[in-house]
Amino acid sequence: MSILRTDSITMKFGGLTAVSELSLNIPTNGIVGLIGPNGAGKTTIFNMITGVYTPTTGNIIFDKIDITGMKSHLITKNGIARTFQNIRLFKDLTVLDNVMIANHLRLKSNIISSVLRTPDYRKKEGHILKKSILLLEQTGLIEYKDDKASSLPYGKQRKLEIARALATEPKLLLLDEPAAGMNPQESIELMEFVKEIRDAFDLSVLMIEHHMQVIMGVCEKIYVLDYGVNIAEGNPEEIQNNPKVIEAYLGVDE
Amino acid sequence: MLNKNNLIKIGLIMVTGIVLAILNATLGRYQLRILNLAGIYIVLGLSLNLINGFTGLFSLGHAGFMAVGAYASALLTMSPAQKSVNFFVKPIVPFLANIEIGFLPAIIIGGVVAAIVGAVLAAPILRLKDDYLAIATLGFGEIIRVVFTNTQSLTNGALGLKGLPSYTNTGYTWTIVIITIAFMFSLRRSSYGKAFMAIREDEIAAESMGIDLFKHKLLAFTIGSFFAGVGGALLAHLMGTIDPLMFRFLMTFNILLIVVLGGIGSISGTIISAIIVTISMEWLRFLDGPIDLGFAVIHSVPGMRMVLFSLLLMIVILYYQHGLMGQDEITLEFVKEKLKRFKKKEA
Ligand SMILES: Nc1ncnc2c1ncn2[C@@H]1O[C@H](COP(=O)(O)OP(=O)(O)OP(=O)(O)O)[C@@H](O)[C@H]1O
Ligand SMILES: [Mg+2]
Repeated sequence: MSILRTDSITMKFGGLTAVSELSLNIPTNGIVGLIGPNGAGKTTIFNMITGVYTPTTGNIIFDKIDITGMKSHLITKNGIARTFQNIRLFKDLTVLDNVMIANHLRLKSNIISSVLRTPDYRKKEGHILKKSILLLEQTGLIEYKDDKASSLPYGKQRKLEIARALATEPKLLLLDEPAAGMNPQESIELMEFVKEIRDAFDLSVLMIEHHMQVIMGVCEKIYVLDYGVNIAEGNPEEIQNNPKVIEAYLGVDE
Repeated sequence: MLNKNNLIKIGLIMVTGIVLAILNATLGRYQLRILNLAGIYIVLGLSLNLINGFTGLFSLGHAGFMAVGAYASALLTMSPAQKSVNFFVKPIVPFLANIEIGFLPAIIIGGVVAAIVGAVLAAPILRLKDDYLAIATLGFGEIIRVVFTNTQSLTNGALGLKGLPSYTNTGYTWTIVIITIAFMFSLRRSSYGKAFMAIREDEIAAESMGIDLFKHKLLAFTIGSFFAGVGGALLAHLMGTIDPLMFRFLMTFNILLIVVLGGIGSISGTIISAIIVTISMEWLRFLDGPIDLGFAVIHSVPGMRMVLFSLLLMIVILYYQHGLMGQDEITLEFVKEKLKRFKKKEA
């Protein structure tokens, strides 16, 4: 069973082909890695999957639905959530509000009952609050609940981005370099954390990462991208021994 | 729901009511006018604060939506006789000629019509970002004004409308002020208010959290326009006379000044700054006339006040971008915190 499939997607920016005829297959409940040198087109793939860009050609099938060219917010509603390479939290809002906002899309109240705080709205809001608190507990962020998101240490900000993405109730979670800027200890914790949330929230994960240790330690399947082209796929061992991969990474030793 | 917080809120409203009743009974006509004006500017400031401050949509067309509310309500409250006196160049369109309704429904209709115009104008341009949005909305205000100048049989054109019933009084104005304030606090606390703020903070992240940008921006703009229309209706029935020139960019500028001074995004900041700006606009009126410095007399320079306010706006934006309150609010916690610090200093 696969949760996400891309059928030969290509993304061109003017004369530049950032991603070329890429076909991914993310198994349900799998943790899949996406690696490649800088500028290989990894983030562009996320942007296509989440509707930020529409692929120039090719289709994206998520959970049996064709989501190619669908609007971002609808894709999220369908069950894909992401984090960003350069953290994009709601900086001036509290940690709790960051997570509460991610529940807004599932709120079935109109603006009038929200402002009038009807009993029905208050019930729903109470539910969201409880759910958000629980999520902050699960992700170890509860002690920062009332702090401004921008005041968190870097590693916690990355975690909050994941918590916020989880709050949208995704079936597929896209992580763009979640270990960037973390120290080795934090990176190892992150590996465990990714596995934990996969099991606890019953979802599939596609992650971009430069820390090879993290990728090799957590991913069941890895795609390697170079200049927008998929040059290899396989399990960590196969990837590590693939001559093409070694060549692409020559001089980009990590 | 009579918990402590609600009791305090009710208490606050009652105290405000009593203070206003006392003011209403003791102040002279001129001061009462200023009291009403301050209230109207609170409503207008809060409505722009919703669009600019909560949602981060830099809109410069507010005066236009006020004009819509002002005209819509005025055409509904004026007596048929008064209308026929006004429309001597060209008769008024028949369906408005004989309508005369009460003030409250006229205010609400004024707000609704402004909201509809706001939504229709904003829908095609909400995709624009920052400066582009500002420029496009700046166009709105002017479009509305020019349309009103040229629809003689609907608005009486450049002649404007005279002799509106002077319905606006402390009771109407401040009841609406209190409702508006309560609305804004409640909105901001709600899931929708948070979604608005998420859009302000980071559109891309907000959209990836499943927030429909178009829908929410349109919602914020429409509600903001509604309150602008309500403010316009109150202002019209305070002034007694309206014409298209009243609603040129200068009006938007005044409201923007209030929001920026108060701290973009802060409800209490906007309220305080609306009061300060209204009172000082009146108090500084002497600046527009000749000024006797004792040793020399400066000739009267009309518009001197606006120069001063423009300078003030520039200084705030250059050195004190947070305004009075930043995005903070004067809440009970805020007051307790300040008191604690004050006591510590004493000790
Ligand atoms: N909106 C855009 N317009 C034009 N070119 C773009 C755009 N987005 C990405 N690119 C280009 O596409 C290529 C791939 O970029 P992308 O961000 O996907 O790389 P990446 O693999 O995520 O790199 P990194 O490891 O540095 O994050 C780059 O050459 C980049 O400059
Ligand atoms: Mg990238």
